[in-house]
Amino acid sequence: MFKSLKVRKNQGWQFIVDLTTAVPAGFRGRPVIAEKPCARGCVECSKVCPTKAIALDSVRIDLARCIFCNECALACPEDKIEFTSETRMGSATPEGLVIVSGRARPTPVATSSALKKLFGRSLKLRQVSAGGCNGCELELNALANVNFDLQRYGIEWVASPRHADGLVLSGPLTQNMADALQLAWDAMPEPRFVVSFGACALSGGPFMDSPALDRAFLDRFKPALFVPGCPPHPLTFIAAILDLLGVE
Amino acid sequence: MTSIAAHCRPVAELPLRDAREWVAKVRSALEQGERLVTLFGRKADAEGAVLTAVLQAGGGELHVLRAATTLEQGWHTLTRDFPAAQCFEREVHEQLGVRIADHPWLKPIRFEGKNLRKMKDYPFYKLAGKEVHEVAVGPIHAGIIEPGSFRFMCLGETVHHLEIQLGYQHRGVEALLLRGDPRSLAPLVETIAGDTSIGHAWAYCAAIEALAGLSPREEIEASRAVGLELERIAMHLSGLSGLASDIGFQQGASSYGRLRTTAINTSMRLCGSRFGRGWLRPGGSRAAMDAGVAEIARANLSLIGRDVAIINDCFLSALTVQHRFQGVGTVTKQQALELGLVGMAARASGVPIDQRSFGAGSYGRIPMKTSVEESGDCWARALLRIREIDCSLQWLTAALDRFPAFAPVCEAVGALAPGQFVVSVCEGWRGEIVHCLETDGLGKLLHYKVQDPSLRNWFGLALALRRNEISDFPICNKSFDLSYCGNDL
Ligand code: SF4
Repeated sequence: MFKSLKVRKNQGWQFIVDLTTAVPAGFRGRPVIAEKPCARGCVECSKVCPTKAIALDSVRIDLARCIFCNECALACPEDKIEFTSETRMGSATPEGLVIVSGRARPTPVATSSALKKLFGRSLKLRQVSAGGCNGCELELNALANVNFDLQRYGIEWVASPRHADGLVLSGPLTQNMADALQLAWDAMPEPRFVVSFGACALSGGPFMDSPALDRAFLDRFKPALFVPGCPPHPLTFIAAILDLLGVE
Repeated sequence: MTSIAAHCRPVAELPLRDAREWVAKVRSALEQGERLVTLFGRKADAEGAVLTAVLQAGGGELHVLRAATTLEQGWHTLTRDFPAAQCFEREVHEQLGVRIADHPWLKPIRFEGKNLRKMKDYPFYKLAGKEVHEVAVGPIHAGIIEPGSFRFMCLGETVHHLEIQLGYQHRGVEALLLRGDPRSLAPLVETIAGDTSIGHAWAYCAAIEALAGLSPREEIEASRAVGLELERIAMHLSGLSGLASDIGFQQGASSYGRLRTTAINTSMRLCGSRFGRGWLRPGGSRAAMDAGVAEIARANLSLIGRDVAIINDCFLSALTVQHRFQGVGTVTKQQALELGLVGMAARASGVPIDQRSFGAGSYGRIPMKTSVEESGDCWARALLRIREIDCSLQWLTAALDRFPAFAPVCEAVGALAPGQFVVSVCEGWRGEIVHCLETDGLGKLLHYKVQDPSLRNWFGLALALRRNEISDFPICNKSFDLSYCGNDL
């Protein structure tokens, strides 16, 4: 009893009061591309990028592919690319994930009035990992811990797909998980939607060239939300889902 | 000497024996008390394979035995006499089609290659009898966790046999590692098992550096070890939080959970990622710790040390915790040795193997105490993790005294030497991570073999469940805390 009280006293309050404005110190998050010209003919950043996330002329970074490894920023002779600790970078469309110079942030997630009406006050999510490395899975678990406490918004993880409104997908979608993933989706009642979480789910990430993947599921069911990162910070998910549902 | 073992030899000095002679050599080494670190094969041509076994003697020295065989000839199984070989022989069989005569359990490890997608074909054993029943769980589980299939064969509530089918996470890692410049593989290596990014990255970096003839400076090694120990603390806290939540002990779940947040946020301060991504690169370390960050790191470590003691006291003295963990999911020392369990699962069963104990490099300058528990049950595995958190905290405090700052450094890594074989072994939080690389005559990568400790320890979990109640599966599983993707690659 006394030990338990001691733990309680020591624990104090751990939750982050305002999840929408919190900035994690030191986090390598959303990149900014400076508005200055590249050295002529320079291809250093795209050359070192392990996930072909960079298109040139002018420099664009596709956050669907980016694993935030920082190689491009270190390779750039002009210091054009810089990673900030900003976590807000989810998008409702794949195009919205492309960072260009002069555009400081990806297209903000627009509130879906349909989803807001259905799930704005209560959303049950089922997670499926299809080749995830446990980075994404740990961060998704962290959403329910005492720091992030996502339940405060009526958003909760459920065990059965039958109870779920949304499917949060992580991993590059392996062939060996293709059937199980489809089964889980089929078990979810309508209306339902997919959230794509992490570089692997968004693009295949570091595994994009592997023949062991089968990403056809994502052609059949387009995600309503794309959450970039490797793994994404819990705050990236929170801002994106709250925006999508219009939660204030 | 580098902090983790990286043993590099010219291929020409490693004779390719006949398979029969090779098996005899491996047997005699095992009989003399050496430990099998890994055993694998690679294709040589359409009909042939090159086999490699790595053994470790008591003092930590590694030695390599190689052989050439045809797929058809193969070899006579070691598993019947040395069960520790079971997963390796199965893997060689699945990857290359080499015949392993008389293997008692030649089932797929991860459904790769020609087995891709055949998840429904797993040949489960059957338990016969009037009132026996089977419970199938997975591949998708109730929580947010990677997929794997568990089949419990029970009589009443008692599990008589648990079979674990893995492979759902197979992403084709080993094939991808052979593409591109071998010196630029770190981002991929960091996702082999994403909760062990530092451990795998270090095994990779040490292997590449050995092939390039580079030996990293003391502060680079120290920075890597700081990353490795922070990763260990964070994942041990995560496991303890999971164990507490699985028995409904909410204070443990929340306290260990939030302390993990402090640990991973410390890693993020140093390297930008809560998972240590981007910390290690061949030839260097990119962690940056100036006086300000060092102060934060120290404050965080002392906060973890202080608060973890408070929750440990509450957790370990609670009768409910003792009752649920003690005597549940026991793996005896004998079983652990026979199965070749590694890392914390082995140490919790009284087998004191820890690669850090050989005292090389950073672990020589600041020695790391090896924690061992004897009882081999869920309690031992939980207690061991609690002890290891304390040891790592002490180690880190001493390391930060010695290195009050880290600047990002990266030495240029030259071409890889041709015709070399290297094995590197890093004691990650789960256990030893083994990377084996071989270069061809031009210095190109010919083969890259990755081994996560989970490959060996999954069988430990299966054994732990025998004659236990099925309702105790969650805590047994969490107490081993194994990686699915680390097994599936
Ligand atoms: S940080 Fe992103 S864009 Fe830059 S090199 Fe890495 S993966 Fe490519």
